[in-house]
Amino acid sequence: MKTLLVLPILIPLGTAVACLLIRKSLRTQRALAVAGSGALFVAGLALLAGVWRGGIAAVQIGQWPAPFGITLVSDLFSAIMVVLAGLVGFAVAVYSLGTMDHARERFGYHPLFSILLMGVCGAFLTGDLFNLYVWFEVMLIASFVLLVLGGEREQIEGAIKYVTLNLLSSALFLAAVGLLYGTTGTLNMADLSLQLSQQSTDLTPALAMLFLLAFGIKAAIFPLFFWLPASYHTAPVAVSAVFAGLLTKVGVYSLIRVFTLLFAQDPGFTHKLILVLSGLTMLTGVLGAVAQSEFRRILSFHIVSQIGFMILGLGLLTPLALAGSIFYIAHHIIVKTNLFLVSGAVHRLRGSYELKKLGGVYRASPWLAALFLVPAMSLAGLPPLSGFFAKLSLVMAGLNAAQHLIVAVALLVGILTLFSMTKIWAEVFWKPASQSPVESRPPLRPPQWMSMVAPIAVLAVITVAIGLLAEPIFLLAARAAEQLLHPAEYIEAVLGKTSCVPSY
Amino acid sequence: MHVVLAVVIGGLYAAGIYLMLRRSIVKLIIGLALLSNAANLLIFTAAGLRRGRPPLVPEDASVLATPYADPLPQALILTAIVIGFGVLAFAVVLVHLAWQTVGTDDLDRMNTTDRQP
Repeated sequence: MKTLLVLPILIPLGTAVACLLIRKSLRTQRALAVAGSGALFVAGLALLAGVWRGGIAAVQIGQWPAPFGITLVSDLFSAIMVVLAGLVGFAVAVYSLGTMDHARERFGYHPLFSILLMGVCGAFLTGDLFNLYVWFEVMLIASFVLLVLGGEREQIEGAIKYVTLNLLSSALFLAAVGLLYGTTGTLNMADLSLQLSQQSTDLTPALAMLFLLAFGIKAAIFPLFFWLPASYHTAPVAVSAVFAGLLTKVGVYSLIRVFTLLFAQDPGFTHKLILVLSGLTMLTGVLGAVAQSEFRRILSFHIVSQIGFMILGLGLLTPLALAGSIFYIAHHIIVKTNLFLVSGAVHRLRGSYELKKLGGVYRASPWLAALFLVPAMSLAGLPPLSGFFAKLSLVMAGLNAAQHLIVAVALLVGILTLFSMTKIWAEVFWKPASQSPVESRPPLRPPQWMSMVAPIAVLAVITVAIGLLAEPIFLLAARAAEQLLHPAEYIEAVLGKTSCVPSY
Repeated sequence: MHVVLAVVIGGLYAAGIYLMLRRSIVKLIIGLALLSNAANLLIFTAAGLRRGRPPLVPEDASVLATPYADPLPQALILTAIVIGFGVLAFAVVLVHLAWQTVGTDDLDRMNTTDRQP
């Protein structure tokens, strides 16, 4: 079990180092990247199975006792996130085989990709707030380089916005960590949870707001989301797919972790605020998407709107709502990555992301059209796909908590999402191909096309499977939510049975 | 000493945010650097300042005498400085690259990614 906790960090690290050592051979690097992310997925599944059977697992790095050293903890929520990171990593690594150009590969695309996965998994597994900051930075620096790799004008402009906002968020996070250490004298999250529940100072709400601001920028919630649609669509499609799937979700993960474990003393203020923000996030995101006419920009605005759904469950803070949030995150990561991959495949066929210049893809490749329809309808929340059950549980939780306004907003956003997905369907797939000749593309070799379509197909099958097997997966989410709402088990796993904290 | 540092940190934050609100990307980067330094000093101050009490156990004792300087914030700051340095180095290169490819350092003219085509 202890090894399993460290493996999701060690595997990508090993892959990255190996890729750097064999810089010359791109073929071996590709094989390593696919094998590494596949191994990460398997390790994630093993971790999830272990946590499901044996409860929350913790390991003290270097055998330093709990509140002093660095702790890695995995409850069900962390394990689910690691599995999803492995899945997205694997799908995108396979997809990159057919789409990534040699120039970018030679500049170290594969090692950077592994380091990004390492940062993401580290953030999910750490039990220490400062360590979380470090993992954030590992993830960020890898994402910075991945975003500008290639150096096109659009990428540079997008990167300036992305880098600035993320550095600002890191500075706020760091300040919040420092102030929290000043008031409590610890940074271990389990220990902090104990300390903050016992004595809450005047500074606590201010600290909670600082964390909300710092993670809110990373998660792209209202009104801090504007960097996301300005930057995500500029990178190569494999990069934007992995960003869309994983990066903002690390912010959401941290929000959920911090606002269930540390700042749950005054839900009347903090969680109410999160609820209001979630409604505004959903609405502004989807309205932004409706106004767009570029494939990936539409999808980027939908990320923002979906983030609203994820923190809606956190705002309600009931077992059903949190389970809904976790289910939603799992559904969203798979579906959103898939939609970006489809947009890349369409671009490969037609040479554009502009809806105006696209069309006729249904005639050219009916299978791709069918594969688009699965994640698109799932995103809009049509039964029996995964998005339906995710939305259903959140709406039910909202009705149980008598928050009718937010339920109405969520349903309206669902309809507008459907509108925007049908717009893409009509413009890209259904309408006849545009007359203007598109730039000539190099001929598409079948193995290359397979490496693009296979991950799309696998993710679509998983989307359908989550919809059809909603009950066991919801059970998993419900147990994860239960663990989040009752931090005693988490604290015991980290600090041991005698959870008396040494005073110093 | 607390008061002096508080004023310094406040000044750094104010200057950093002011520079970030300017339109030049060079000033933006300087603002970011000031901001991360302000955060580092904030950790240093918030964790408590104690002069002349190093966290060393004297030879004739087995535990520390209680008012001692906490070494942990300094370790945190050291980590943050190293990370901040790396990130800042990247940001400087990015700004240079932006100036080369876009041909301006004016943020208001870097709007191709936000415009509708």
